[in-house]
Amino acid sequence: MYVLPTNLNFADDFEMREAFRRAQAAFEEELTPLQTSEELELFRIRWFGKQAGLINKGIAGWIKRVPAESKSKFGISFSSLASRADLVFKQAANRPEKKRDFETTFARSGRPALDLSLPGIRRPIGVEHPLTRTMREITAVFAALGYSTGIGPEVETDFYNFEALNFPPNHPARDTQDTLVVAGQEAKPARERLLMRTHTSPVQIRSMVANPPPLRLVIPGKVHRNDESDATHSPMFHQVEGLCVDRRITFSDLKGTLDHAMKSFFGSSVKTRFFPSFFPFTEPSADVQISCPFCGGAGCRKCKHSGWIELLGCGMVDPAVFAAVDRRRLETGLEPAYDLPGISGFAFGMGVERIAMMKYGVGDIGQFLSGDMRFLEQFA
Amino acid sequence: MNILSNWLREYLPALEISDRQLADDLTLRGIAVEGVHELPSGGHLFEMDITTNRVDAMNHYGIAREIAAIYNTPLLTLEDRRVARTEFGEAARILVTEVPAACDPAAPAPNQTPRTGDDLEAFSTPGQTQGYPVRIEAPGLCGRFTAQILRGVTVQPSTGIMAERFAALGQKSISNAVDATNYNWLAMGHPTHVFDLDTLQGAIVVRQAREGERIKLLDGSEKTLTGEDLVIADEHKALGLAGVMGGWHSRVTEQTKNILVEAAWFSPAAIRASSRRHGLHTDASHRYERGADLGACALANRLVTRHVIAACGGIPEGTITDIAVPGWEERTTQRPHVRLSVDTAQQLLGTTIENSENGNVVPADKIEQYLEALGCHLRPTAAGDAFEVTLPSWRLDLEREVDLIEEIARVYGYNGFADTLPNVSGGVVALPHAEREVKVRQTLLALGYTEALSSTFTSQAESALFTPEAAIPMENPLSAEAGMLRPSLLPGMAGMLALNSNRDVPSVRLFEYGTIFTGSAASVTERASLALGAYGNAAATATIPITDALFFDVKGALQELIARFAVPAATFTGDGLPAWVEPGRGARLRSGEQTIALFGELSAAERDLRKLRETVVLAEVYLPALFAHPLRQPLAIEPSRFQAVERDLSFLFADSVRWSDIEAALHSLAIAEMISLAPVEIFRDAKGKTIPAGEYSLLFRMVFQSADHTLREEELTSWQESVIAALTRLGGRHRAPTQAPEQAPTQANA
Repeated sequence: MYVLPTNLNFADDFEMREAFRRAQAAFEEELTPLQTSEELELFRIRWFGKQAGLINKGIAGWIKRVPAESKSKFGISFSSLASRADLVFKQAANRPEKKRDFETTFARSGRPALDLSLPGIRRPIGVEHPLTRTMREITAVFAALGYSTGIGPEVETDFYNFEALNFPPNHPARDTQDTLVVAGQEAKPARERLLMRTHTSPVQIRSMVANPPPLRLVIPGKVHRNDESDATHSPMFHQVEGLCVDRRITFSDLKGTLDHAMKSFFGSSVKTRFFPSFFPFTEPSADVQISCPFCGGAGCRKCKHSGWIELLGCGMVDPAVFAAVDRRRLETGLEPAYDLPGISGFAFGMGVERIAMMKYGVGDIGQFLSGDMRFLEQFA
Repeated sequence: MNILSNWLREYLPALEISDRQLADDLTLRGIAVEGVHELPSGGHLFEMDITTNRVDAMNHYGIAREIAAIYNTPLLTLEDRRVARTEFGEAARILVTEVPAACDPAAPAPNQTPRTGDDLEAFSTPGQTQGYPVRIEAPGLCGRFTAQILRGVTVQPSTGIMAERFAALGQKSISNAVDATNYNWLAMGHPTHVFDLDTLQGAIVVRQAREGERIKLLDGSEKTLTGEDLVIADEHKALGLAGVMGGWHSRVTEQTKNILVEAAWFSPAAIRASSRRHGLHTDASHRYERGADLGACALANRLVTRHVIAACGGIPEGTITDIAVPGWEERTTQRPHVRLSVDTAQQLLGTTIENSENGNVVPADKIEQYLEALGCHLRPTAAGDAFEVTLPSWRLDLEREVDLIEEIARVYGYNGFADTLPNVSGGVVALPHAEREVKVRQTLLALGYTEALSSTFTSQAESALFTPEAAIPMENPLSAEAGMLRPSLLPGMAGMLALNSNRDVPSVRLFEYGTIFTGSAASVTERASLALGAYGNAAATATIPITDALFFDVKGALQELIARFAVPAATFTGDGLPAWVEPGRGARLRSGEQTIALFGELSAAERDLRKLRETVVLAEVYLPALFAHPLRQPLAIEPSRFQAVERDLSFLFADSVRWSDIEAALHSLAIAEMISLAPVEIFRDAKGKTIPAGEYSLLFRMVFQSADHTLREEELTSWQESVIAALTRLGGRHRAPTQAPEQAPTQANA
C-alpha cells in the first residue's frame, strides 16, 4: 500500500518528478488486482476522495512546501498525474467483467440508473431515392474506369433519338404507339420533330458530334415510352448507358469492360456471359447475363431458378452511327472524326429500375414514382 | 415459335450432339431456345425466341442451317431424297424424281436467279405456255409470283407425318391441302397459299386494290381496302390480301377438286403497311414484312405441290408459272458482293481465349467456313487480303462488312472472346454543375428531406395553377391528366404530399430534383429545378408559435441550402406571390432582382381539393438562378480568446414592427463587438391582459465579444444604452426585468 512520502525536497526537480512517478506506479499497482465494485469504490475513496483522498488531499497538499519558482512545474506534474489516474481508473472500471458492478455503483451514488432500453433521440435524415442511388453507384463504377458523366435533354429530336442511331424510317419504335410525341410538330421536317427520348442513346450522338475521340462516357438519365403501366413496366423509367470510342477498341474490350464493371457493382464472384442480340445502333450486338449475385448461380426466385440474370444490352458501335455523327459534324462545321479507319467503339445500356427492383426486392415499379414516404424511407 | 428437334435432325444426318446441348449452343449463338420439353414420341420440343431481324431462322430448315454452321456438319437440301423419304415414305421416289420433272423441268434452284419473264409481255404468261396465266400489274410491290395447277385432289383432314408434327407443335390443323402450305412454312419459312381453282375467273392479277374495294378474308372478316393495299385478284375480283391473308370465296374447302398453289414474294414495306392498316398480323405478314426469300418461291411452290399430292392425291397440270419482276434481284438474290477483310474482322473482334496460329484471333479459315455454312460464297480478292462475299437471298439482314463480322463472332461464340480492357488516356471531366448538385443533395438529405421522383407530365389545370409559364402539350398523352410536360415540379410535389396524407403518414419532408419544360412546340427549353414539400412534425419555439412552425421549418431549410452558396444580399420578400399561396404566408427568396426560390403554404382551397387535412408548405428553387452563384468557400477566422458576454433585453413593440426593422436599427449602431443578435422569445396576449392588444413582447439576446481585449462593464453599459435608445426611437418600450411576464426566462437581465 502506498504511503505518502515525507521530507521531500521540492526544490530538487529530480526528486519531485521521482515522487510523482512513484505515486503513479503505486496507483496502477493497487488498481490492477481489484475485482468487485466494493473494492473499486474503496479504492476510489482512498485515492480520489475530496476530504482525505491521496490525490486531492495528500499529493495536492505538497504544494505548500514547493518553493515559489517551482510551483508552475509542480502544477503541470500534478495535473498530469490526476488526469492520468482518472483515465486509468475509468478504463479499469469499465472493463466488461466489472461494468455491471460499476453501473450499480453509480446508481448508489445518488442518481437513478438510466433505462438503457429507451429509444435514443434520433434526428431524421433524408433518404436518397433508390433510383438515384443505383444510378450514382453505377456511374461511380465507370468513373473509376475513366468514364466522364454525360447528360442530355429529355425532349429530343427524331434525328438524335432515331435517325442518327440507325433506326429505319418505318421502325416500329418510331410509331406513336411506342413513343410519346410533343404536340404541334407536323409542320417540321421529320428529323426535327420533338419527342420524349426513348433511350439515353441520343446523348451518345450529341457527345460524339461535339467531341472527337477518344471518348468515354457514362450516361444516366430518364426516358419515356408510350407503354401501359404494370408491375414491371412504366412509361417513365431510367437508363444508364456507356460509350467508349478510341483507336482499335475491340469486342473483347467490351466484354472485359462489362465483366469488370459487373464485378465492381455486384461483387467479384459474379460472372458474365454474352449472347448475340439485335439493336439498330450496334453490330455485333449482345445481351449480357450475370450469374445471379443472390444465390451464386444455384438458382433462386430472383433469377427465376436459372442461375443467370439478363442485365445489359451492348455492342460495337454500328458504322452507320459513326457515319451519321460525321455528317452532323460536317453540318456544324466540324471535321469528320468517327467514320475513319481504325476508329471503333462500343456502347452498352441497362435499365435502372430493373436493377434496383432486383437489388432491393421491389415488386411494383410504380412505387418508385409514388412519393410514398413509407416506401422511400426503407432505402436509408 | 416451336421447333421439333427430330425434324431438325432430318436435315442434319451426321449431327451427334444431344438435344440439350444443342439448345444451349443455339442460345449462345443468338437462336434462343427458351424451353426444352421432352416429347413422348421421342425428341424434344424447343420453344424458340428469335429476334425479329432473323426471320430466316424462324423455321426448321433455317435453324438446321445454323446448327450446320456451328458444328461444321453437313446440311441436306430441302429436296434431298433422305428428307423426302421421311416425309413421303414409299411415295418419295415418285414425288421427288417424277413430279418435279413433270411440273417444272427448268426449275431454278434456290439462291439462283429465277427465270425472268423476258419473253413475256408486262410480266405475264401469254396463252401459249401451259402454266396458269398470271399478270403482275404492281411490279413495284410484287417481286415474284409462281403458280401451279393441281387437279383431282381430295380435301379431308390431315393424317400421317403432317398430322403428327402439327399435334406435337400445337399447330392448328385445317385440312390436308391447307396444312400442306403450313407444313412447308414450318419446314422452310416461305409462306404459300392454295386457291380453289374453280372459283377463279381468268388470269391471276397481282394489283393494287381499288379505293374502297371490299374483300372477305379467310378469318371471316370483311375489309375495305385502299389504293395502297396489294391484292391477288382474278379478272373480276380480289381473291386475297397479298402477303397478309387469303380470301374467303376462293378458299379450299372439302368440296374443292382442283387447286392452284401460289408461292410469291412481296415488298416488305407494302406488306407492313397493309398489315398495320387492317390490324392483321399473320404468320405470312410477319415473314414478308421482314423480308422473305425471293429466290425460294419456285422451290416453295414445288415442295407444297408435292405435299398436296402426297396428302390429297391429284396430278399437276402443265408447268409451273414463274414470273420474276426485273429490278428486284439486285435487292434480293443478286445483291452486290460485299468486301470482307480478314484483318478488319480480327481487329474489331479482338482477343480470343483460344490461341490459333495467328495469335489470339479468330482464324481466317474459320471465318471462311462459318460464312460458307451460312450460305455466303467467298472468293479471295486478287490482292488476297480480303474476300468478295456473295450474300444469301434469305439473309436480307446481311448487307455490309460489319454484318458479316457479326456473323463470324456469333458462330464463333461470343464467350470465346477474352475479357480485355482498353488502354485509357485522359481524365474524367465533371459536368459543369456536378459539384453544386452534390452539395444541394447532401444538404437536403442532411436536413431530413427524402428524395422523391414524380411524373414528367401534368394536367393543364395543375400547370396553370403552379406557374404562369405556358406548358407544352403532348400529341399522344398517356392520359388526360398527363397532357402537358411539367413546367414546374410543384404539381408533382403537391400530389405526393396528398398521397402521403391520404395514407396517414404523420410527417413528410420530400424533395425532387428534376427537369422542367417551358417554351413552345417549336422549341422546348429544359431546366433543372428543385421542389421541397413538407407537412407535420414542426415544433414551436419561444419565438414561433405552432401555427407558423412549418413555414419557418421550410424557411430554415432554404436558408441552410443557400448558405452553401455565396449568394449576395439574400432577402425574403412577400410580394408578387402566386394564387396557390395562402395570402400572407409565402415568400420569395431573392438575391437582388433575381428570385432564387418561391415558397409558402398551399392555399386552403387547393388543400381542400386534394383532401389535405394538414398545413403543407411547398417550395420551388430555381436552380439556374442558384447555380449562377459559386459554392461558398470556407475561410477560417481565429476565434477570439476573450470572453463573450451575453446581454438579454425585453421590449414591447407594436405588431407593425418587424424583426428585420429591429435588426436594421441595431446593425446601424455599427457595434463591431456585437457578434450575435437573435430573438429569444416572442409573446402575445390575445386577451390583452399582460400585453396590450396589437403589441408583442420581445426578448432578444445580444452577444458581445472583442478580438483584442476583455470587455469592460462601461463598454457593455454604453452599448446597451445605445441599443435601448435606438429601439425606443423605433417605438419600442423597454421592460424592466421585474415586469417581464412569467414566460420570460428568469436569467433575463437588463
